[in-house]
Amino acid sequence: MKFTCDINVKHLTRVEGHGNISIKITNGKLEEARWEVVETPRFFEAMLVGKHWENAAYICGRICGICSIGHTLASIRAVENAFDIVPSKQTDDLRLLLKHMETLQSHILHLYFLAAPDYLQVGSVLPLAKTHPEEVQRALRLKLLANDMCDCVGGRRMHPTRTIVGGFTMLPEKEELERFRNRLTDALADLTAAADLFQSFTFPGFVRETEFVSLRGKDNYPFIGGDLISSDGLIRQEDQYLEMTNEFCVEHSTSKWSKLSRKSFAVGALARVNNNFKHLCPEAQEVADFFRLSPINHNPYMANIAQLVECVHVVKDSITIIDTLLGNTWEAPRQAVEEKEGSGTAAVEVPRGILYHYYEFDQNGRVQKADCVIPTSQNHANIYHDIEELATQCAQSGKNDKEIELLAEMLVRAYDPCISCSVH
Amino acid sequence: MSDTLTYLGVKFPKPRVAFFELTSCEGCQLQVLNNEATLLDFLSLVEIVTFREAMSERSDSYDIAFVEGSISRKDEEDRLKEIRNNCKILVALGSCACFGGVNQLKNRFNDLNWVKKEVYGDFPIDTQEVKPLADVVQIDLEIFGCPIKKEEVEMIVTNLVLGKSITHPPYPVCMECKANENICLFELGEPCLGPVTRAGCDSWCTNHKRGCWGCRGPAEVANVEQLEEIMKEHGFSTETLLDRLECFGGFQSQVSDIKNRTKEID
Ligand code: SF4
Ligand code: SF4
Ligand code: SF4
Repeated sequence: MKFTCDINVKHLTRVEGHGNISIKITNGKLEEARWEVVETPRFFEAMLVGKHWENAAYICGRICGICSIGHTLASIRAVENAFDIVPSKQTDDLRLLLKHMETLQSHILHLYFLAAPDYLQVGSVLPLAKTHPEEVQRALRLKLLANDMCDCVGGRRMHPTRTIVGGFTMLPEKEELERFRNRLTDALADLTAAADLFQSFTFPGFVRETEFVSLRGKDNYPFIGGDLISSDGLIRQEDQYLEMTNEFCVEHSTSKWSKLSRKSFAVGALARVNNNFKHLCPEAQEVADFFRLSPINHNPYMANIAQLVECVHVVKDSITIIDTLLGNTWEAPRQAVEEKEGSGTAAVEVPRGILYHYYEFDQNGRVQKADCVIPTSQNHANIYHDIEELATQCAQSGKNDKEIELLAEMLVRAYDPCISCSVH
Repeated sequence: MSDTLTYLGVKFPKPRVAFFELTSCEGCQLQVLNNEATLLDFLSLVEIVTFREAMSERSDSYDIAFVEGSISRKDEEDRLKEIRNNCKILVALGSCACFGGVNQLKNRFNDLNWVKKEVYGDFPIDTQEVKPLADVVQIDLEIFGCPIKKEEVEMIVTNLVLGKSITHPPYPVCMECKANENICLFELGEPCLGPVTRAGCDSWCTNHKRGCWGCRGPAEVANVEQLEEIMKEHGFSTETLLDRLECFGGFQSQVSDIKNRTKEID
């Protein structure tokens, strides 16, 4: 078969940030398959140098609009670890609740607004408002719930206001939490309907074996802090994160790349589900079973399903957290902060995968050095090699340009890349 | 979709709207999508022809361009000029676009080579001093905030479509904060830029007991010297004031005044 194609996607749409795909096949031979990141860098790690610790989370939250809560919480945790501050159980619960709602918000945005249009053969969610009004309303309802809860707990859905080193500036009203508990229960029915919709999609049967990196669950499905694990068998402590990330620069990317045991690894919902499946709540495991998603799954397109599974998990877990909070009397929202010389690391699972923040402080609490390793930058190499493999397979199968282009775009979108975040 | 909008029985052409992002966190664009309750109504007001973060279709023919982000590379200057040529109304969306935003914090080192080396080591990387959009093209309208307030965007777009004039409140955040009956944060021992920052956010942060960091830039009358006195009285250092003033780039001239003055004293 003499198959030839030349695909150049400049500034891929329905992803956060700027990236290009190029695939060139001549006479059935793959000549080039690339994933390029052309986003302009912002230099957050330099910006922080010399700044007092209270700036860290305020500025670093602005690395990303979609996962600003995750960045804020990672930054706060790194500062708290540097100052030996142990948050109260109440603060931990509220932070996890906030984190869960960011996960829900981000996953629903991705599933419905960014991924679903491909499976329904439209260019965006806009025409779906006409053809699939119930589904779009459902998506908006779920997203609104998540965003409303982020407003309630974090003060603001984007670039939260109440989250600070030591705890929160103020606490939600219990009546508000009770009302959210009801809406969360209703959300479970919406998620069942979402699963039915996604069940009707045909996910490409592409597989490329890779390594998956995430936090390591001890007693529960992990989101904030703890040990790090790779599906190839590595286990490291939070502050040994550099051994998991191994960042390096490549010429076709303004984002750094990462690698571990192989030439690339993946982080994100699929990595978490693969590495911590047994810690998912039974209802979430049921959804995974429904889609025959079981560890270890090496089909990157299944990341969409892993997100759906996590939506169910975070909604169920949020109900449990709210019950705990409602059963206790409120303690003080925050504890005092005493700065000191030293360094601190935080590993937090944000929607797109494991995120690390690391800071070094002098005796006045001013940043000497900062390092942030972003989930999408850890994924870039994996995306790159997936595209290579996909293109190789396509070269043999003789699909046409349009089909290959769409498959490649869908592949990148499945990672839900946050490109501007990766070039922070 | 019809291409005209009817308001009180009068027909208005439905404007073609495009969204673009330069150096940014894309948060301001996301805020537009974040208004679930009114998103569909809002979308019926305008025809969105380009919105890379949300749709695959794109077009070079549009009336209103919303540009998020600041300029930090030559190709962004070129893109912005092209957008300017293509649109009738150019709106700077968010503090990155209006003032440089958090991105301009790297300018304070006055040493791009050091900044590059700190993050990328010896790897060659292209970047320039961060600029707001107005340094490169003419801007018709600014929407302040980091992030922008989605209600404000919808209001502004509605007014644009209806041809009404758009004005920003000249008074500071303090006015809104007092109207919201908040306890002043200075009384709670927290610093706040509310006395000098342009209102319009409905004292978003101070409603949540978080001091204002000045993301919307200076109010029409912004007495920073007086704020310095208030900060001093409450035991806050010049550094604390400067951290806030310089965070989003809106108070650039005030920041250099203070920095020059403290340099003279040194
Ligand atoms: S102004 Fe703030 S929210 Fe908007 S793009 Fe810039 S950093 Fe993001
Ligand atoms: S908290 Fe800030 S905005 Fe509110 S009254 Fe006090 S100084 Fe003004
Ligand atoms: S209170 Fe200040 S920092 Fe907060 S949104 Fe308003 S202007 Fe921006």
